[in-house]
Amino acid sequence: MESFSLPLLGGLLIGLTTAAYLLLTGKVVGISGILAQALFSRDRLLPFLFVIGLILGGSAYGIFVEPSQPFPEMRSPILLIISGLLVGYGTRLGSGCTSGHGVCGISRLSPRSLVATAIFMTTAIITVLLTK
Amino acid sequence: MYAIITFLTGLLFGLGLAVSEMTNPAVVIGFLDIFGEWNPSLIFVMGGAVSIGMIGYVIRNRRSKPWLADKWYVPTRRDIDKNLVLGAGLFGIGWGLSGYCPGPGLTALTNNPMEGVYFVGALITGSALFHFQNHRNNS
Repeated sequence: MESFSLPLLGGLLIGLTTAAYLLLTGKVVGISGILAQALFSRDRLLPFLFVIGLILGGSAYGIFVEPSQPFPEMRSPILLIISGLLVGYGTRLGSGCTSGHGVCGISRLSPRSLVATAIFMTTAIITVLLTK
Repeated sequence: MYAIITFLTGLLFGLGLAVSEMTNPAVVIGFLDIFGEWNPSLIFVMGGAVSIGMIGYVIRNRRSKPWLADKWYVPTRRDIDKNLVLGAGLFGIGWGLSGYCPGPGLTALTNNPMEGVYFVGALITGSALFHFQNHRNNS
């Protein structure tokens, strides 16, 4: 049971953060959208600050939390590039990723997000099944 | 004020990803490997995030506007179109290949920089590809 307390704590923190951001600013937290805004919108400062904060916060792994298993050894650049292209293009075409659809969208029971989450979970599971 | 809130939201969201080990692609792939040695821990991440998220929307539905803005910017579309289905499908394949979705992928720049530069470079390129394709179609 102990192995599930940290994931639950992390999830609660993610939920608390997205709920507070929603109630304060009226916006949803969708990383793929925020990244695109940081790159291509007219007002880049706020989304850029978000991305910097995200990277800093996400680096706390290993400082506050003992890793349960090591990071993968450096994998093939080709695999990482294909993966990045699919994630970058797919999340924009599908209007969201794990945060925008998976957390914020499911929280408000959006039909688009429920469908998108079911689809990306399915194709991700099949991909792991075929590549492992 | 807005800048501080936005930065802190990113920071705490990133911390949540780190605490829950979403930032480690080995853990994420273990979660997606439901037919192998399945690691169900990320269900607790989603469960925790969505349960608090739902409380947020219950409060939202009782308010006419946010505390610091004039209106809500929550997406309102409900139609299931081809782009949603195709985009989500492609995203899932990319996610399953590396174990990185956009947030954890960005944190790989510091957690696992060798992988991070390739993934984030391609992530930005994929996002740009969509942006310029769309821009051209609209003009």
